[in-house]
Amino acid sequence: LLQVQQKRWKVETNSRLDSVLLLSSMNLPGGELRRRSAEDELAMRDYLQEGDLISAEVQSVFSDGAVSLHTRSLKYGKLGQGVLVQVSPSLVKRQKTHFHDLPCGASVILGNNGYIWIYPTSEQKDEEAGGFTTNLEPVPLSDREVISRLRNCIVALVTEKLMLFDTSILYCYEASLPHQIKDILKPEVMEEIVLETRQRLLDLEG
Amino acid sequence: QEDLRVDGRGCEDYRCAEVETDVVSNTSGSARVKLGHTDILVGIKAEMGTPKLEKPDEGYLEFFVDCSANATPEFEGRGGEELGSEIANTLYRVFSSEGTVDLKSLCINPREHCWVLYVDVLLLECGGNLFDAISVAVKAALFNTRIPKVRVLEDEEGSKEIELSDDPYDCLRLSVDNVPCIVTLNKIGYRHVVDATLQEEACSLASLLISVTSKGALTSMKKMGKGSLDPESIFEMMETGKRVGKSLHTALQKILDEEENLGTSRQKVGFLG
Repeated sequence: LLQVQQKRWKVETNSRLDSVLLLSSMNLPGGELRRRSAEDELAMRDYLQEGDLISAEVQSVFSDGAVSLHTRSLKYGKLGQGVLVQVSPSLVKRQKTHFHDLPCGASVILGNNGYIWIYPTSEQKDEEAGGFTTNLEPVPLSDREVISRLRNCIVALVTEKLMLFDTSILYCYEASLPHQIKDILKPEVMEEIVLETRQRLLDLEG
Repeated sequence: QEDLRVDGRGCEDYRCAEVETDVVSNTSGSARVKLGHTDILVGIKAEMGTPKLEKPDEGYLEFFVDCSANATPEFEGRGGEELGSEIANTLYRVFSSEGTVDLKSLCINPREHCWVLYVDVLLLECGGNLFDAISVAVKAALFNTRIPKVRVLEDEEGSKEIELSDDPYDCLRLSVDNVPCIVTLNKIGYRHVVDATLQEEACSLASLLISVTSKGALTSMKKMGKGSLDPESIFEMMETGKRVGKSLHTALQKILDEEENLGTSRQKVGFLG
C-alpha cells in the first residue's frame, strides 16, 4: 500500500500506474452490507496503512490504464506473515485459481502481476474477519524451512525462465529436497533441479 | 532467529560470489566482484607522483568511488555522491593503519618520486552489502596490480632520470597478505547477520562495519544506521566478524591463487559472458 487518500487507498501492483482500492470495494469487519459512513472514512488508516500487503482482485480498468481493485470475497484482504517474491509477470501462467495450497505445508498466491506470496497454511479455514487480523505469532521453524525452500525454488525457476504454476513449483520443490536450502541458489544446483523439473513436466504432458 | 534466513542461509553465510581479475586492459590492475545482485568493478592505475610531506619515503593510495546511475534509481544524477564519498572515506580509514599495504615498496626516490595508486571503484549494481563486495574487489585488484619496475639514473649534473624497464612483464607485484576485508554485520531483531540483501538491510536499524585482516586483526570499526547497539552485542558482533573475515580471506586467496595458476590460458569472461 502506498498512500491513504480520501475514500480510497493507492496500491502498487507492478503496473504502469498505481492501482486504486476504493473504500466501497473493501470488506469491512463485522458484516459486508453496511453503507460506508463518514466514520469509516476517518478510520481508514486503522484498516490498512502504508506498507501493508494485500491480496485483491481487479474489478475494472480505467481509461488511462489505472486498475481498480476490490476485496469483496473473504479470501482477499490483508496478508499476514510470509515471503514476497517479485518476478517478471510474463513467467506466471494464467490460470483459473491463484491461491494454491501445496502439499508440502505452505500456500502460495500467484499474482498475474508477478508478485508471488508464500505463506504457511493456516489451520482453521473459517476466518470471518475478512483478512484483517494479522497473525503475528512466530512461525515454526519447519514451516519457515518449507517457505525458504519454495522461495529459492521459485527464484531458480525464474532464472532458468520456466513458467510458474502450482505443478512446476511443486515438482521443483521435490527435486530440490536432496540439497540444502541455501545450495539451491548455486548455479550448478539450480540447473540440475530445473532440468529434473522440466523432465517431469514433459513426462506429465506426454 | 533459528539461524534460518529468507533464502535459507544461516546468519553467517555469504551469497555465491564471483571474482574475476584483469578485466580492464588499460589499467595496472582490475577486478570485478559479483555478490548476489551486487556488482562492483575496481580499476587501479599506478602513476608517478611526489610523496606526501609527512611520509617522504612512502607511496600512497587514492580512493575514488563512482556510483553509476545504473546501480539503482536513487543514484540518478548526483544522488550517488553522498554514498560514494562515504564509501571512499571508509576505504581511507580501513587502509590507514600501518602495514596494510607495503607503501615503502612504492617509493622510487625519497622525497621526489613515488608511485601513487589511484583506486577507482565503480558500483554497477546495488544488491545489498556494498562494503564487503567493494573490499573484496579492492583486494583482488591489488593482487592483480602490476607496477612496472623503474631504474633511477644519476646524470653528471646530479639530476636524476627515471627509466622504465623495456620488458613489459618485468613488474612489481604487491603483497596482499595484510590487506583487510570489510565485514558488515547488520542487527535484525536480536541477532546479527552477515551479507544482508537489500530487503534485510531495510529491516535492520543498525549495523557494524569492521575491517579484518587475514590473520584476524581488526584494523577499523564503524557503526552505521539510526538504531542503537548494546555494548555486549558489539563484542559478539566483533567475534563473529573476525571469524567470518578469516574464512572470507582464505576463500578469496584460494580463488586468486587458482586464477593466477591458470595464467594466460585462462578464458576471460569479462562483461560479455
